[in-house]
Amino acid sequence: MTTLCDRAAVTGAGETPYRRGTDKSALQLTLEASLAAIVDAGLTPKDIDGIIAYAGGAVVAEDLMTNFGSRDFRFSATTPMGGASAVAALQCAAMAVSTGVATHVLIPLGRDGYSGSRIGSRIGQMPQFKIAAEFEAPVGANAPAQYYAPMARRHMELYGTTREQFAEVAVTMRRHAMLNDNALMQHPMTVEDHHASRLIADPFRLFDCCLESDGGAAVVVSAADRARDMPRAPIFLSGMGVGHPDSPSTITQRPDLTRLGLAKAAPRAFEMAGVIHDDIDVAEIYDCFTYTVICQLEDLGFCAKGEGGPFVEDGRIGLDGALPTNTHGGLLSQAHVAGLNHVVELVRQLRGDGGARQVDDAEVGLVTGYGDLGDGSIAIMHR
Amino acid sequence: MNDTSRGKPLPTPSAESRPYWEGLQQHRLSLQRCASCKKPRHYPRPMCDACFSLEGEWFEASGKGTVHSWMVSHHAFHPGFAGDVPYVLITVDLDVGVRMVAPLVENDASQLTLGLAVELDYNDVSTAVTLPRFRIHE
Repeated sequence: MTTLCDRAAVTGAGETPYRRGTDKSALQLTLEASLAAIVDAGLTPKDIDGIIAYAGGAVVAEDLMTNFGSRDFRFSATTPMGGASAVAALQCAAMAVSTGVATHVLIPLGRDGYSGSRIGSRIGQMPQFKIAAEFEAPVGANAPAQYYAPMARRHMELYGTTREQFAEVAVTMRRHAMLNDNALMQHPMTVEDHHASRLIADPFRLFDCCLESDGGAAVVVSAADRARDMPRAPIFLSGMGVGHPDSPSTITQRPDLTRLGLAKAAPRAFEMAGVIHDDIDVAEIYDCFTYTVICQLEDLGFCAKGEGGPFVEDGRIGLDGALPTNTHGGLLSQAHVAGLNHVVELVRQLRGDGGARQVDDAEVGLVTGYGDLGDGSIAIMHR
Repeated sequence: MNDTSRGKPLPTPSAESRPYWEGLQQHRLSLQRCASCKKPRHYPRPMCDACFSLEGEWFEASGKGTVHSWMVSHHAFHPGFAGDVPYVLITVDLDVGVRMVAPLVENDASQLTLGLAVELDYNDVSTAVTLPRFRIHE
């Protein structure tokens, strides 16, 4: 069977400066990031003939077509998986360009998540949360921290996962952010700082939670044969997958609270790519919460269920560790562009453009997305 | 979802879920099950995921169950809960085989362990709406 392995590549990547405070709209941020990615690919906006806009975002494909003055768009789609959408869009784009439906597909995402509406007020209007809105919002579950905290608590009670292990994730992301000029959080964080941060939804403290920020990121995906003639070294998409957890519309009814959609997506992606875990040089893992990283490391298969806590100890996910993770600082300490910043960072690492945070000899890497009530997505890439 | 004078989000029952909310109002736990294979399901929905029957029926269930997980909210993400923090929400495995999430009347997470026995209680928040809550079973 023909698979998507190596039939498409990321040929352009860009992002805006990240801020907490902006007078720019989500559309302006989206256009700024899109232009950076398109120029990086050696293209002009008129060359883009496909787009995967962020489902549920403020910007729709037509906004970009209008601003680009495009006359002949051939492909438009959305991948409605919340924070898993950006990585799911890579698979969707690869399908479009490898079949000739489109030539260059843009995946843009801009948001004024700090200056505009916050997650607690956005989420109640999202249709994928309608069950939670009827049955769980009235008793006091109104935001992701509150929905996900019982998953983390169950993991702690079953497997002995500790707040020290959560802190290890937060502190590592911060250390990486401090090597990245375009990361919001630039002051050091210790384990003690983490423990002293205020409780939000126990077991989550403030420093277990991702940032809200203003900014945008974008990538261009092109067919592999065309990518070889483009200016930047292509970063090939070798393995991709998406997955929904059991009981995808409510965590409460999920048979196993600690198993995410990624547990289904990851084996598909590794099989498609033909690589094993030891081949992965760098991982960009959707870190809406510290716990989410620990859980995804298990669901990815880097360790058994319940062993994610010990896995992150002893510097294993640091730049010099066995699995350098979130080299840009992640959603926890760089910025929150729904994980498209993770895609941009993986491309940078595999191009060798990581600067002070470059992982030595990074040839193969993976990026994950996590969205809504546990949806998962993954892309394995190589240079 | 409507805001009332309590300032909290209240449920908007649908045709599908109305018997559940009406049951709570009458201090009964009315749950849905498949009319064909009798598999209980929650939250209410049109189809049985075991036999794909579109016929549902309602039955009166025991409010007894055990703790599956919990969280303690110290931050009010909805302004209606600002006066309640910190508050404990528990996820409960009901004996009938579905789960519910609701506040813990004792509001003390230090007493909680996985498997702790709890029992449904009823919180009449207005003449029209009753919300579930749980007490630790003595």
